[in-house]
Amino acid sequence: MHICTVTPISMTVGANRIVPAIAIPHPLGNPALKKDEEKALRRKIVMKALEALTTEVDGQTIFED
Amino acid sequence: MPLRKKAIKNNAAGMRGAVAKMAPLALKLGKGEPVGASAEEGYMPNGIRVNFFEKKRGSARAVDMLLKKLAGKPFETEYPMPNFDRVAPNPAVKDLAHAKIALVTSGGIVPKGNPDHIESSSASHYGEYDITGVTDLTEDTYETAHGGYDPVYANQDADRVLPIDVLRDMEKEGVIGELHHLFYTTVGNGTAVASAKAFAAEIGRKLKADGVDAVILTST
Repeated sequence: MHICTVTPISMTVGANRIVPAIAIPHPLGNPALKKDEEKALRRKIVMKALEALTTEVDGQTIFED
Repeated sequence: MPLRKKAIKNNAAGMRGAVAKMAPLALKLGKGEPVGASAEEGYMPNGIRVNFFEKKRGSARAVDMLLKKLAGKPFETEYPMPNFDRVAPNPAVKDLAHAKIALVTSGGIVPKGNPDHIESSSASHYGEYDITGVTDLTEDTYETAHGGYDPVYANQDADRVLPIDVLRDMEKEGVIGELHHLFYTTVGNGTAVASAKAFAAEIGRKLKADGVDAVILTST
């Protein structure tokens, strides 16, 4: 599956399971947060990715919050 | 500029029409005279690029094209988009707790020093790196080679692009069966679609051979 900031690009190139990321320079992070908060955020995104991988889809699907 | 072409039959009856087009072209080539674009001269496009100056400037041509598009009129693009294929979605992973998950990234995360010199733009190759025993990416051990985004945050903590730290936790907790000991990386910045496709085919073959059940691809 694809964790990607600009999800329309992911759609255009044909990814079937897509999870939106935070920002281009830090898709799975946020430097404004404290280290432990940032890691919790990263874990949340990866958990969403695992949810996408374990969900049946019949076409391109974006797994938003 | 769309040309009015009379359809030539694709059989012996169309020979006269075909020769009428081919003969002048053959004469030009024979005489060493300059030959125009395929659309003008009627030959099959051969992908050879010739630089020339347009009569109208680019901004004017772009506006003309947009006006046609907005009016629903036909227009001809000056730059065709690459053809992106589609694949059927894989079935969902059935048993995540015993699944082998691999990480791949287009965000250019590489060991510090970029030992394989992956280019910051128009990558010519991808990297394969062993993360056996690696539980966290740090400023001293990893960096980004990608030249298309501000590298500060990824250089401080490459987990922000390649989330090894949280996947290691999940592996320890039994959320996933295993984090594959290799990750694959390239730089997506300005990389040719054909190159990316070739990298993916090779990486995909290796992942399958290594019994990987699912891939998380991260992009910036």
